[in-house]
Amino acid sequence: MAFATFWFIVTTVLWTGFFVLEGFDLGVGMLHAVVARDEAGRRAAINTIGPLWDGNEVWLIVAAAAMFAAFPPWYATTFSGFYAVMVLLLAGLIVRGVSFEFRNKVDSVRWRRTWDTLLTVGSLLVPLLVGFTLGGLLHGVPIDQQHEYTGNVGDLFSGYAVFAGITLVLLCLLHGATFMTLKTTGTLERRSATLARRIAPVTALAVLAFLPWTHATAGKGVLPSVVELIAVIAVIAAAWLVVGRSEGWAFFATTIAIATTIVSMFTDLYPRLMVSSTSHAFNLTVQNSASGDYALKVMTVIAAVFLPLVLLYQGWTYHVFRRRVSAEEFTGPRSD
Amino acid sequence: MSQLDLARLQFAMTSVYHFLFVPVTIGLSLLTALLQTGWHRTGRPELLRLTRFFGVLLVINIAVGVVTGLVQEFQFGMDWSAYSRTVGDVFGAPLAMEGLAAFFLESTFLGLWLFGWGRLPKRVHLATIWLVALGGMLSAAFIMAANSWMQHPVGYTVDQTTGNPQLNDVWKLFTNPVFLRAYLHVILASLVTGSVIMLAVSAWQLRKGSNRLAFHASARLSLVVLVPTLLLAMLVGSELGVTEGKYQPMKIAGAEAQWTTCQPCSFSVFQIGGGKADHTPTKIIEIPHLLSLLATNHWNGQVLGLDTVQAQYQQQFGPGGYVPNIFIQYWSMRVMAYLAVVVLLVGLWGLWLLWRKKLSTSRWFLRIAVWTAVLPFLMNTAGWLLTENGRQPWIVQGIQLTREGVSPSVTTATVATSIIVFFLLYAALAVVDFVLMSRYARRELEPPAVADAALTPTSY
Ligand code: HDD
Ligand code: HEM
Ligand code: HEM
Repeated sequence: MAFATFWFIVTTVLWTGFFVLEGFDLGVGMLHAVVARDEAGRRAAINTIGPLWDGNEVWLIVAAAAMFAAFPPWYATTFSGFYAVMVLLLAGLIVRGVSFEFRNKVDSVRWRRTWDTLLTVGSLLVPLLVGFTLGGLLHGVPIDQQHEYTGNVGDLFSGYAVFAGITLVLLCLLHGATFMTLKTTGTLERRSATLARRIAPVTALAVLAFLPWTHATAGKGVLPSVVELIAVIAVIAAAWLVVGRSEGWAFFATTIAIATTIVSMFTDLYPRLMVSSTSHAFNLTVQNSASGDYALKVMTVIAAVFLPLVLLYQGWTYHVFRRRVSAEEFTGPRSD
Repeated sequence: MSQLDLARLQFAMTSVYHFLFVPVTIGLSLLTALLQTGWHRTGRPELLRLTRFFGVLLVINIAVGVVTGLVQEFQFGMDWSAYSRTVGDVFGAPLAMEGLAAFFLESTFLGLWLFGWGRLPKRVHLATIWLVALGGMLSAAFIMAANSWMQHPVGYTVDQTTGNPQLNDVWKLFTNPVFLRAYLHVILASLVTGSVIMLAVSAWQLRKGSNRLAFHASARLSLVVLVPTLLLAMLVGSELGVTEGKYQPMKIAGAEAQWTTCQPCSFSVFQIGGGKADHTPTKIIEIPHLLSLLATNHWNGQVLGLDTVQAQYQQQFGPGGYVPNIFIQYWSMRVMAYLAVVVLLVGLWGLWLLWRKKLSTSRWFLRIAVWTAVLPFLMNTAGWLLTENGRQPWIVQGIQLTREGVSPSVTTATVATSIIVFFLLYAALAVVDFVLMSRYARRELEPPAVADAALTPTSY
């Protein structure tokens, strides 16, 4: 059983890693056409995440695979229950993923407009729908005794789940804006900072509403948890730091805010994995859904070897590409 | 069509589509790494220009490969939830390992390679393309271990309370005799695919007469890789057939439409009939003993007939039909094998021209080599149809039937809608990918001056 709880933690870490890392490149994807009016600026914005986004997206794949391997019914019920949501999510991931590569391959304004729009929409859909799904796990959807989903598409909707999606979109927007402030120069940097300042209060308010709502939905009593408190402090700090123009600290604060918001959702969920709105007796839990100890042990060894390695070389990538990107680099002839 | 049929169609569509891009990635990343290594060793500028040139093709292709892989990862849960619930304990582990050990590696180092030109020390930069290639080969290893487990389940026990298979020996997953051969076959097939693409592009460029020196070098590299890997792929392929004949006799009997047990068994080059309603097909050209040889490695080996195995399975697993679609089996086997011979002939012709120093001037060869590019995709698709259709009606051989693996909570209309969505997306991607690939494949090489500055990083 210790292994099962450990794998719940690993899954939480993977989802958190996804939002912390992919979170800012989703934000950049949503904002790249807003922050820059001209082609050189847009390219600069996209190139702040150019070498990074693909590696970041793998966190999502691994998070889903960890659910599959460690808690097969969790993966099965979530993905089949939220079928329509998953189709949309995949569509978003697909158009977003190819737009990076495709947009500069043909030198035509209409071509680039098309991929810019797809990049923006795709980057919006991903946090919205993942947030909606994670919210749904906590809020509960109709599930029967065999752990099968019994509702239709409409039954997936709850105010809480929708708000979870919106909150994560806002967090990604803010995270992306502070990232661009940190990674660009000149006009682009100024405009990113302005955007961050505009988005920050709305995001802070959303998070301040979202955390108590999460807490109440999970039925975790009156007192907030430590993680929730840190999330509140971080998001307020972020809103304050973006005004003060301390770019590094602002990005640090949005990182903590997005991480602790995700961790709060998972700690409030624990020991459940997916709540049944039909009857709490049908909940999927860490106990009733975990794979056998042997499989979990094997994967623990694999994770213990590879996760630190991944952190090491991804960290190195961030170091290699640490310098700022400026719009001036992209005013000359295109090279690809 | 029922929900089951649609779910199968969905899986077949997405898998075949994913596997159009995967072998190109695996093959071309290795070949690109070889080109860059050549440049690193000799300093010949045309090798650098070729590395950059084929690198762009590689990257366009990877972009589509990656996004189609996402669908693969999700659809087990979406369409095959009962399957996922039942076998996740065993099947999930290689998938999770694939992500942790392979996808991270490939994606991260691809970013480093692309954007690292001129920014990383040369030696380190060379290492990054090798790590991309390694990532691709590793990811194939884990997914093939998962798939081979479905063909021949090993390393598990049945849990007393749930009745589900539970992993009890992970080592067996990776020493599965089916896996060892199938993995080798897939990697070789990927090298064949990558080198045929490189050959076709080089031939097109040579025909146009641009950058002869450079494209002669890449044509040479591709031919030198193509012929031996193709021969090995054929060898390993027939070995794989023998292994499958042992664990999945239906699959191999189906590939010959062999209804009755025979000994020795002949191979038909072509036949009419042989489907469910016709157990005595008209064999047009028969080659005596060849089926025995292919299926058992023995001149006079016995091959169990479909009717024999059907009777055996009915006893073992209860009443039901255990014969897969024979038409698909018979023809997918032949498409793969015959086209392999065609590609081999093209490859040998190319080697001969190379030896006679006429490669870049033989108009006919260059013209045909361009069109050969289509064949690996047909062979790969045929190979997978043979593998996956031959397993039917099982989703996991002997453990779960395909119809028991489908998601109970998903409606026919939902699956139909998603097929339409993915079909449209895939069709659009295919068009864009094809247009971009052929546009970039026809470009001139970067002029040498730019290629040196190319030690300037790539950007989006
Ligand atoms: C360029 C590609 C290519 C080439 C030249 C060949 N194959 Fe192949 N074959 C594949 C590409 C492929 C594949 C797509 O990669 C498959 C699908 C599943 C697998 O393991 O590899 C495959 C599967 C596959 C299987 C089914 C394995 C199973 O059921 O698990 C057999 C029996 C063969 N092959 C046999 C052959 C023979 C006898 C060949 C030569 C005459 C041959 N292959 C050439
Ligand atoms: C049905 C099973 C499969 C699943 C679930 C699956 C899953 C995936 C996923 C999620 C990705 C994207 C990874 C990223 O973002 O980097 C991907 C890409 C890839 N897959 Fe698959 N895949 C399957 C079949 C295969 C097969 C059969 C092979 C090889 C034999 C393969 C080899 C690769 C490779 C090399 C990539 C790298 C990207 C590319 O295609 O260029 N996959 N796959
Ligand atoms: C690894 C896990 C895999 C699972 C669970 C799986 C499962 C299935 C299922 C349920 C079907 C539908 C049955 C049918 O239509 O005959 C199918 C068909 C198919 N799969 Fe797989 N498969 C896997 C891997 C792969 C891979 C890696 C490929 C190749 C890229 C592949 C290629 C195909 C093809 C070509 C078909 C169509 C066969 C047919 O319809 O006759 N599969 N698979």
